[in-house]
Amino acid sequence: MAIIRSASLLLLATASSFCIVNVTLAAPYVPKDGSQVIERLPARISAEQREIRAWQERLRADPGNVALAVQVARRNIELGRSHSDPRYFGYAQAALSAWWKQPDAPVEVRVLRATLLQNQHRFNDALADLDGLLTKDASQSQAWLTKATILQVQGRFQEAKASCARLYGNVAEVAAIACFAGVGSITGQARQSYALLERSLQRERTLDPSISVWVHTLLGEIAARLGRTQEAEQHYRKGLEQDGNDSYLLGAYADLLLDTGRAQEAVALLRGMDRVDNLLLRKAEALHKLNSPDAAQATRTLQERFDAARLRGDTVHLREQARFELHLLNDVQAALQTARRNWEVQKEPADARILLEAALAAHDRSTARMMADWIRKNRLEDKALAKLCSVAGETA
Amino acid sequence: MKTLIRVLAMLLLVVASASVQAHKPSDSYLSMRVAGNRIDGQWDIALRDLDLAIGIDADGNGEITWDEIRAKHGDIAAYALSHLALQTDGQSCTVATTEHLIDEHTDGAYAVMRFAGTCPAPISTLDVRYSLLFDLDPQHKGLLQLKQDNGTVTTAIFGIDNPQQQIRLHGGSALAQFADYVQHGIWHIWIGFDHILFLVSLLLPAVLARRGSEWQPAEGFRHAMADVVRVVSAFTLAHSITLTLAALNVVALPSRWVESAIAASVIFAALNNLVPIFQGKRWIAAFAFGLLHGFGFASVLGDLGLPDSARALALFGFNVGVELGQLAIVAAFLPLAHLARSSWVYRRVVFTGGSAGIAAIAAVWFIERAFNLSLA
Repeated sequence: MAIIRSASLLLLATASSFCIVNVTLAAPYVPKDGSQVIERLPARISAEQREIRAWQERLRADPGNVALAVQVARRNIELGRSHSDPRYFGYAQAALSAWWKQPDAPVEVRVLRATLLQNQHRFNDALADLDGLLTKDASQSQAWLTKATILQVQGRFQEAKASCARLYGNVAEVAAIACFAGVGSITGQARQSYALLERSLQRERTLDPSISVWVHTLLGEIAARLGRTQEAEQHYRKGLEQDGNDSYLLGAYADLLLDTGRAQEAVALLRGMDRVDNLLLRKAEALHKLNSPDAAQATRTLQERFDAARLRGDTVHLREQARFELHLLNDVQAALQTARRNWEVQKEPADARILLEAALAAHDRSTARMMADWIRKNRLEDKALAKLCSVAGETA
Repeated sequence: MKTLIRVLAMLLLVVASASVQAHKPSDSYLSMRVAGNRIDGQWDIALRDLDLAIGIDADGNGEITWDEIRAKHGDIAAYALSHLALQTDGQSCTVATTEHLIDEHTDGAYAVMRFAGTCPAPISTLDVRYSLLFDLDPQHKGLLQLKQDNGTVTTAIFGIDNPQQQIRLHGGSALAQFADYVQHGIWHIWIGFDHILFLVSLLLPAVLARRGSEWQPAEGFRHAMADVVRVVSAFTLAHSITLTLAALNVVALPSRWVESAIAASVIFAALNNLVPIFQGKRWIAAFAFGLLHGFGFASVLGDLGLPDSARALALFGFNVGVELGQLAIVAAFLPLAHLARSSWVYRRVVFTGGSAGIAAIAAVWFIERAFNLSLA
């Protein structure tokens, strides 16, 4: 106990000195000057926010208005995605509160509810909602796509493909093909999926920018897994031209740069995106690789973020937390535990990778073997994973 | 206590650098200190959330100044306190704001509201009803940390699906606390396999006597008893000393080192039954290694936490609990071992095989603990 007390005192002292150095305060304070700006709320004055606020006013007066509620919820979800700001998902949920607890809410409400549940990684709850609404209305293509995405994340690949199949005829062809390509690329058909999707993209004359970003991101990821670094980078760049703030895309591109020894470029890419935890992680990893003096502060900030998430019981960033624990804290046991917990919920290639990395670092042969078997069984083609598997094989 | 200190450290470390604010879901941080029938509290609520709920940015220019916040202090207090209900024994506690400050968290600046509450009776169970912001942001969470005078810290998370929780306060009469810690002591020796295996390794030879290079059944029960009393007393005395020293912060050793050394002690104790290392003076080994085991118990006690108000009593209680648990193990083991001592099964399987098995298990522990591995 004495150790823990001394350690926490040391932590406090370090934290306090860190705070002083950064001219921030570790304790509550009374501002000296009345005109001092304590907080900036750029959203407050933006035009889109004013529009949403107007709708929300109308909704408050007319809470049963499905069309209005769905509109407000949808806009908030879009804002949440584009700003990488989770509070908007809370506001979206608030717009749907009249039906949130109803099992048979209107179909449009259920589609959005499933999206919000997926967002919180409540995958099984989301699937229950999707299955329910699709029984009622099988033409809901967004629902099929969301279902396919969740099933893919859960590693239920055959079922994911079946959901993708339901998209044909209901959406732009490239979207249906992208759905298939996503699953195909991680179940032994990477090259064919890539070729098919690329051709389909070229065929599209006009394309919704959000679909374009999604497809380019997907092509980039497939190419990266196949080791086609240049093509991957081209696709990521094209995606960023459409939306330079897409945090998922930025994260994928940063990972490519980290994997190909271009940490400096990764830092440049992620400039100004520290507010997004997942991107701060990549930046910290890059700084760590460069032995930069800024690495320590980035690590500290990340620790605060993960601590804040843990305090509220959030578990949506376990994959990033495992990376943090392994690569930045060098806490192998914690990383392995976190990666295992993550694997229970998600089974994407990135989840396989961090678990395999942690297992190898911890000399946990049985876990490493299990992962290698899983990768082999599903015919997951990924250069980085193949390298890790061969390392596992050597030590077996 | 590791988790408890961690929570404290987390809350204190949740500060932001001035330049970057994270984006995270909405939380408020509510900390309360309870003593008798009084509550001293501090509630951190994000300015962004308050602006959404009651409007703080009076001139609507997207910047919240200290003046604007001060003008709204009354409204902030009214809004916050109308969404927090504290009750004990079914009766409401009255709560009044005492001061307003500002603090930074990872996602921006928060209004800090300090308050004082008085309840109609000494608080044994606090009924907390939390409803801040749920109508505007159902993903908002209220993070409560409740501290008692005896050092216990309880945490709770309030969400739209669990807005009401009962917090049972620990402590109570000195006798109750003593009994509580005795129980903890018994439990922790019961689940402390390394301590148990160490003890068992030293006790296995008690019913035997070494003749030359062979183990023979010892003569009388009295002889065995005396041996056991010597070994257990030495072990008890030693671990009581270091447990007390460590629990009162007089001595501190790194826990990884302690845990590894404890594993090593088990290896020695077990090996000693196969190859004489410290023959005939097992009580010395019991004493020497017992000192190490005391540090191990101290770290467990550290996790539990000692109450500020009755430290010595709680420490004594924990110690008593450990001894009682030990006594139970010895009382179970000794008669059986004495009866079985002449049998081939006891000498070959239990004594030799058992010692070898214990040494092997302890070796695995040692490697895992010393090199921070998992060899499952």
